Amino acid sequence: MTRLLTGIVTAFVLLGLWQGYVWLSGIEPFLLPGPIAVAETLVARHELILKHLGTTALEIVLGLLIGTLLGVSAAILIHAIPAARRIGLPLLVVSQAIPVFALAPLLVLWLGYGLWSKVAMAVLIIFFPVATAFLDGLRRTEPGMLDLASIMTATLSPFRRTVALMVHVRIPAALPALASGLRVATGVAPIGAVVGEWVGSSAGLGYLMLHANGRMQIDLLFAALFVLALFSVLLWLSVDALLRKALPWQPDSFAR
Amino acid sequence: MGNVPGFSQQITGFSGIGLKLQGLAVAYGARTILRDLSLDVPAGRTTCLLGPSGIGKSTLLRRVAGLIDGPGTIVASDGRPIAGRVALMGQGDGLLPWLSALDNVLLGARLRGQAADRGRGRAMLARVGLADAAASRPDTLSGGMRQRVALARTLMEDQPLVLMDEPFSAVDALTRLKLQDLAAEMLADRTVLMVTHDPWEAIRISHAITVMTGDPAIISRTLHPAGDTPRAIDSDAARDLWRNLMAALGDVA
Repeated sequence: MTRLLTGIVTAFVLLGLWQGYVWLSGIEPFLLPGPIAVAETLVARHELILKHLGTTALEIVLGLLIGTLLGVSAAILIHAIPAARRIGLPLLVVSQAIPVFALAPLLVLWLGYGLWSKVAMAVLIIFFPVATAFLDGLRRTEPGMLDLASIMTATLSPFRRTVALMVHVRIPAALPALASGLRVATGVAPIGAVVGEWVGSSAGLGYLMLHANGRMQIDLLFAALFVLALFSVLLWLSVDALLRKALPWQPDSFAR
Repeated sequence: MGNVPGFSQQITGFSGIGLKLQGLAVAYGARTILRDLSLDVPAGRTTCLLGPSGIGKSTLLRRVAGLIDGPGTIVASDGRPIAGRVALMGQGDGLLPWLSALDNVLLGARLRGQAADRGRGRAMLARVGLADAAASRPDTLSGGMRQRVALARTLMEDQPLVLMDEPFSAVDALTRLKLQDLAAEMLADRTVLMVTHDPWEAIRISHAITVMTGDPAIISRTLHPAGDTPRAIDSDAARDLWRNLMAALGDVA
């Protein structure tokens, strides 16, 4: 309860400072509208904003699902198959070295102005943290567990043994690492979608913000930004809570 | 079935399989851990490998378990391969933190894709005094309880050869005594090769104590204490044995 109160007070103090600056400085509203003006716009234009939020949210969620699926598959393949390791490991690093922002125009060119170029952007951003975190987890399996499991499976064929160790020991043991990757991915996923929308689109909060900016409707830009931030935070909190619930054996504590 | 030549009556006298290790060598890079090491492990008895930390006891155990390769031969008294007839209990409990105590006990069947005998798993947990903890996750159990789950898991595998690597080194002295009693009782008649750096542990539960010293390690001597295990450690005989072991450990050190 105190935590919630602290958050609310902090938010109101910051908003108060912002509003105070706007009042005292007399800055033009098309340069910086105050939070009250933004709130009024948010209420007045909520249908428009929510419509565009639907598009962006869909892009982010699809990007998360596909990116996670690809990242997890890549990590398992790279870990299990030596040939995949030689090819995949450098590719994994390269995939992150190329700035996604530079690829955005190409993706729009190839995949069109619609949903999928933005989903592809989000996937590209999500893939790397998921794949590297999960791969790290797979590699760090406790040797004692592996020794034990190896001896218990001594009579299986090498293939069945590798699969058994992967499915029953390595993958579950790496889930906490995957969870860390997913938290990072969830945090950055909106960037991918919004950048994609900036480069070329006809819907989504990124499009709405760019459009509003061009027409000096800075209050609408802020309202859209606020909704995007709120959605991102709620998404992150839900994923975090889900992961916590899914991994109850994972130690979890902060410094006192 | 006839005995493999080279095994003395002592090796094959009990049930289970005896082992004859010959000319084992293990090196990590340029560092030689074991060189030309030979040892007889008698069937159905508990043999302790005693030696200071870092001497290569665990390496020898891993070599016997087939976890590492190297020159030399390991032959079972019945002439059949050892792989698939070994149960391991390591220094850590090795429990999978996402599985319940019962599922940890049943891990072998799960890994091999066999149907798990949950009734027998529960019976094993009951034998180590953890009937009520079957559904508990390892992080909710104490160190001693986790080690008992590990013991139940080892027994569940029901293998003739049990390899133990300082299995009780992580628990307090009193718990260790209880676990030693439990292990001695439950592993009776199996061939047990157990690594320890604790002379008292060796005295309490082994039929043969093999002392390893030197670098690279050699078998400096093997003692055969009399009497049943678990042995009392406050007798004169135990104290004499302790003095002998300490002398043997000090031979080369």
